[in-house]
Amino acid sequence: MLISPKRRSHTLNSSAYVQLLDLAKYFGKVKALDGLTLDIAEGELVALLGPSGCGKTTALRALAGLQELDRGAMIVDGQDVTFQKASNRGMGMVFQAYSLFPHMTARENVEYGLRLRVHKTSGQKRKARSAELLELVGLSTHASHYPYQLSGGQQQRVALARAIAISPKVLLLDEPLSALDAKVRTQLREEIRRIQVELGTTTLFVTHDQEEALGIADRVGVMRNGQLEQIAAPAELYDRPKTAFVAEFVGLTNPIAGKVSGGSIEILGGVVKTLPGSITSGSGIALVRPESIDVVASKSGNATVFSASFLGATCRLTISMRDGARITAQLPSPDATGLGAGAGVNVSLLDIPVFVKAAG
Amino acid sequence: MRQTIGVKIWRWSIISVVAFYLVVPLYAMFDFSTKPFGFADSGRTFRAWALIGTQENLIEAVTRSLITAAIVMALILFLVVPTAIWVQLKLPLLRRPFELLCLLPLAIPAIVIVVGIAPLYRWISINLSESPITLAGVYSMLILPYTYRSLSAALDAVDIHTLAEAATTLGAGISRVIFGIIMPTIKTGIINGSFIAIALVLGEFTISNILNFKTFQVVIAQIGRTNGHVAVAVSLASLLFVVVLLLLIPTKKRQGAVLDVDLT
Repeated sequence: MLISPKRRSHTLNSSAYVQLLDLAKYFGKVKALDGLTLDIAEGELVALLGPSGCGKTTALRALAGLQELDRGAMIVDGQDVTFQKASNRGMGMVFQAYSLFPHMTARENVEYGLRLRVHKTSGQKRKARSAELLELVGLSTHASHYPYQLSGGQQQRVALARAIAISPKVLLLDEPLSALDAKVRTQLREEIRRIQVELGTTTLFVTHDQEEALGIADRVGVMRNGQLEQIAAPAELYDRPKTAFVAEFVGLTNPIAGKVSGGSIEILGGVVKTLPGSITSGSGIALVRPESIDVVASKSGNATVFSASFLGATCRLTISMRDGARITAQLPSPDATGLGAGAGVNVSLLDIPVFVKAAG
Repeated sequence: MRQTIGVKIWRWSIISVVAFYLVVPLYAMFDFSTKPFGFADSGRTFRAWALIGTQENLIEAVTRSLITAAIVMALILFLVVPTAIWVQLKLPLLRRPFELLCLLPLAIPAIVIVVGIAPLYRWISINLSESPITLAGVYSMLILPYTYRSLSAALDAVDIHTLAEAATTLGAGISRVIFGIIMPTIKTGIINGSFIAIALVLGEFTISNILNFKTFQVVIAQIGRTNGHVAVAVSLASLLFVVVLLLLIPTKKRQGAVLDVDLT
């Protein structure tokens, strides 16, 4: 994970470079956007994360000018762009589907936006710029290749270079990695981050893949039903979710019932603090992260291992509790040595605050 | 390896059968056109071919038909294709009605069309022009079913929405998107559609004959009435001419450059 210390210091503030204010878009009864408000600081990479139909792509397309809105305003660099045509907004966009112009070479694709600029860039400068950008995305040797001669990952790199070529006010990435295989996806994800940090381009990245979002974004916004459920730095979002939806959507959780009182919950024979936003009293369901569960081998313990999956650095155990409930725990692989299926274990909670939602 | 040879044999068998099917009538035409048809002739003679140049109206008819074909092609490029793209991109609800409209000429017999448009052409002949080139109007309607089919197939094969949006975000206006991005992308479909259209225009007989316009086919038919050998020679020559035209299809690169114009 590449993290720029400079960008880490960004917080929501009035000096936002991009402001989305109360955006709403309704398709019949479906609320694609229902009062979305979001600020992005200059040079920041914000990822919008959420399930299908949560409105994340609609938000991105609205900012690009490709989606008309029913309500709301969008301000970029102090300018109201709400009613500006997409072709005049100066946004660079990379699409989920391969979008290179098939009749142009990689270089011509990258140069396309430059050729259309109002102050037409001279041929010489254009060539230099496209060469520089293809170099940046590691494809200088493929400049004269046509899209059909490039792999999916290479096509998306060229698309990225093409979007950056026009020095966009905001770089918009609409699930650019979802059509790629896992290895290329991880590699390209990190490259996108490297390039974004290098150029300092303000970026909005839409994805349904939480690993992608948490892996490269300065802040991640979780969307649901057209609204922003929570926006925070990846670690905060993961460790301190403010709603049950965020806790359950980001990362894995084990729902474990317990009794809440005085800002704590009693579960698995222990007491842990609850996070702000949790219910404050009565029966609740704690949403416990697999890594917050401590598992120790013990023949007279309170559970048995049902199955174990080795994931490399960590090991994931599915554990059957005495009452028949199943929970998932994740331990560093060395700690899980000998904990195979059927092994007796004692399960307890680490002292990490948990989010608690109301039971039922 | 064995499979490859099998495929090769299969492929060449098909090509041979098709070639045979196409070549036999052509050879028959050639054979007929070189047979003696006067008292002085014997054996093979190329008199029919030599007579092509002396035929009245022929050169004018060919020129007019070619100009008509060029106008029809221009109408396809600058009217039909952009409209089809526009409907696909911006008015998806009109896709079905548009398709139906384009296929309609196929369902109406040529004779019915002639009866319908005869008064219109009478008016055109009196008030505008008597030139057969005015037939370009009715021809561009007749070719719609064929052109639309090949365009529609080409448009369906590409994600033109994403391409259009990508070009738009890079600063392209709608005309640039249509002429600079989508048209070069579906150029194979456009070329196919255009050639079907040209073939149709150069081969159309019913309408031009009934409306009394001296187009290429009408003149060939007239020659045929006086001398069948010359008519067949002209037909074969015109076929060869079309083959040459086809061989002159613009290369991929050149075609892209030609269409990459900005009208904004």
